[in-house]
Amino acid sequence: MKLFKNAKSAFLMASPYLAWAVIFIVVPLAMVIYYGVTDASGAFTFDNIARISESGYFKALCRSIALAFISTVICFLLAYPLGMILASMKLTRNTYLVTLFILPMWMNFLLRTLTWMTLLEGKGVINTVLEFLHLPTINIINTSGAIVLGMVYNFLPFMILPIYNSLSRIDDNVINAARDLGADSVQTFLRITLPLSVPGIISGITMVFIPALTTFAISTMLGGSKILLIGNIIEQQFTLVYDWHLGSGLSIVLMIFILLNMIIESISDKEGGIF
Amino acid sequence: MGKSLITLEHISKSYDGQLILDDLNLDIHENSFVTLLGPSGCGKTTTLRIIGGFEKPDQGRVVFDGQDITSLAPNKRQLNTVFQKYALFTHMSIEENIAFGLKIKNKPDSYIKDKIRYALKLVNLEGFEKRMPDSLSGGQQQRIAIARAIVNEPKVLLLDEPLGALDLKMRQDMQYELKRLKEELGITFIYVTHDQEEALTMSDHIVVMNQGYIQQEGSPETIYNEPENAFVADFIGDSNIIRATMVRDELVDILGTKFACVDKGFGENKPVDVVIRPEDVELVAPSEGTISGVVTDLTFKGVHYEMDVEACGYEWLVHSTRLSEVGTKVGIKVDPFNIQIMNVPVSEDEEAISETI
Repeated sequence: MKLFKNAKSAFLMASPYLAWAVIFIVVPLAMVIYYGVTDASGAFTFDNIARISESGYFKALCRSIALAFISTVICFLLAYPLGMILASMKLTRNTYLVTLFILPMWMNFLLRTLTWMTLLEGKGVINTVLEFLHLPTINIINTSGAIVLGMVYNFLPFMILPIYNSLSRIDDNVINAARDLGADSVQTFLRITLPLSVPGIISGITMVFIPALTTFAISTMLGGSKILLIGNIIEQQFTLVYDWHLGSGLSIVLMIFILLNMIIESISDKEGGIF
Repeated sequence: MGKSLITLEHISKSYDGQLILDDLNLDIHENSFVTLLGPSGCGKTTTLRIIGGFEKPDQGRVVFDGQDITSLAPNKRQLNTVFQKYALFTHMSIEENIAFGLKIKNKPDSYIKDKIRYALKLVNLEGFEKRMPDSLSGGQQQRIAIARAIVNEPKVLLLDEPLGALDLKMRQDMQYELKRLKEELGITFIYVTHDQEEALTMSDHIVVMNQGYIQQEGSPETIYNEPENAFVADFIGDSNIIRATMVRDELVDILGTKFACVDKGFGENKPVDVVIRPEDVELVAPSEGTISGVVTDLTFKGVHYEMDVEACGYEWLVHSTRLSEVGTKVGIKVDPFNIQIMNVPVSEDEEAISETI
């Protein structure tokens, strides 16, 4: 369908967003890149980027990737079966259930994470209950486990929705056709359902992995000050150390990782849903 | 007609407390083209899905070639289905779609290759192996769906309104194509449709269904020429259905005028329903007709004219190649052979059926 008579009117309609994109996306990005490749005197340098190889920063990056990866896997394992259940249900009932899983998103993200802090603390809600029942208390606040828990809790809906969407779009008769042609339920799942839901899986992974990789709020609150992720280090460069050059340099490294992740995903997704 | 291949015995099925099929009994013979025909919600698709194994009946048995297959999973049944809207695997090429069933059965590659070539030739789509389903037209996709089903050499092919999504011209072409396929393959086709013309064109045997009951079954000619009740008469083509009185054998009183007919055994002075097909109503000079009336409406239909004739308080539907202008006085004559007498519905169920017409 041709919506606009010519390129000029299309440009006119797009101009509000273009202005927005230039002011809030292009300019900040340019500034990050400028700071990233200059030193305090303004001279061009790759030092800021290269400093990712320093042990402290490199470890934080590896830890971030590991935790984001684990969280993504857990989210996928939780979301996929759920998506299948939701997609197989009648519309009236699953609307309530989908809403139920989306409900936490209506609450502020920081508030939700803060709640977990209160729950998991040494003298927090969970341990108080455990003590009352004379059961051994648990101590997971300020561990990587707590950070993963926070990531999974916060980002799970972003995995459920796209997977549920792609699964519910599969025509029942396509599944019936596979059964009709002799495939048992496992073969039908592996050869039909799973491949047809790949676009949903890809966008689910992207929507969980990237925020998990860059988060600093979750690790600050649930990891204490002991476990630093790359997000925390970048944040500190801007808010504590005031070394914008190093902060930007490390941000560029992180951006490269995100881009790599998206490129890999778009290659594995024949439908090309991302770009 | 061959021996009985599929038998449905006392099948009942309801969804959410609503009865879809009620004590349905049906025999499907080997090597026949059977059409389940009826309006939407009549239970024809449910019947097909029960045969295919996608639904389990609440009561009754499905017998296939002497074996009870009522609770057998679809993948274990010796039949294949062509679904409404094709249901092709969009992430696979045409070749992979057709090979799906054979790969599941671990057939050798060379066998699969031959089968794909054979099937594509059969549906006139040679050279489409590497294409993706999305790049094909609706008619082509439907042919691929048929090819995908028949490479498995089923004894029975189930077709669920396979032409429903196609345009008229394509639909007519595919009707002949399906008939030819049926002859070439020599297997049983069970076809579901709401299109009476499709049913009449293709079938050996038509099963007319409504509200979960079989209304009538028989050859296309029988169904068309000798409908057993008003529902069948009305559903299969246009007709004049008139409440009348059977005076005695071979004489019926229609709208106060006595017409000779050929039916017997309805008793004397009994109420009956009379069916007269519009092409069987002859328009003659007013003096020559059994009754006379006035043409009130005229439509050109291509092959014939469709006219409404007001006579004896009833609006007669008439199809004729000879034109009579609106306002013309005409006589109406009907050959005794073309007056089909039917029993008036007795039970409330049947009454309900005739009221929905």
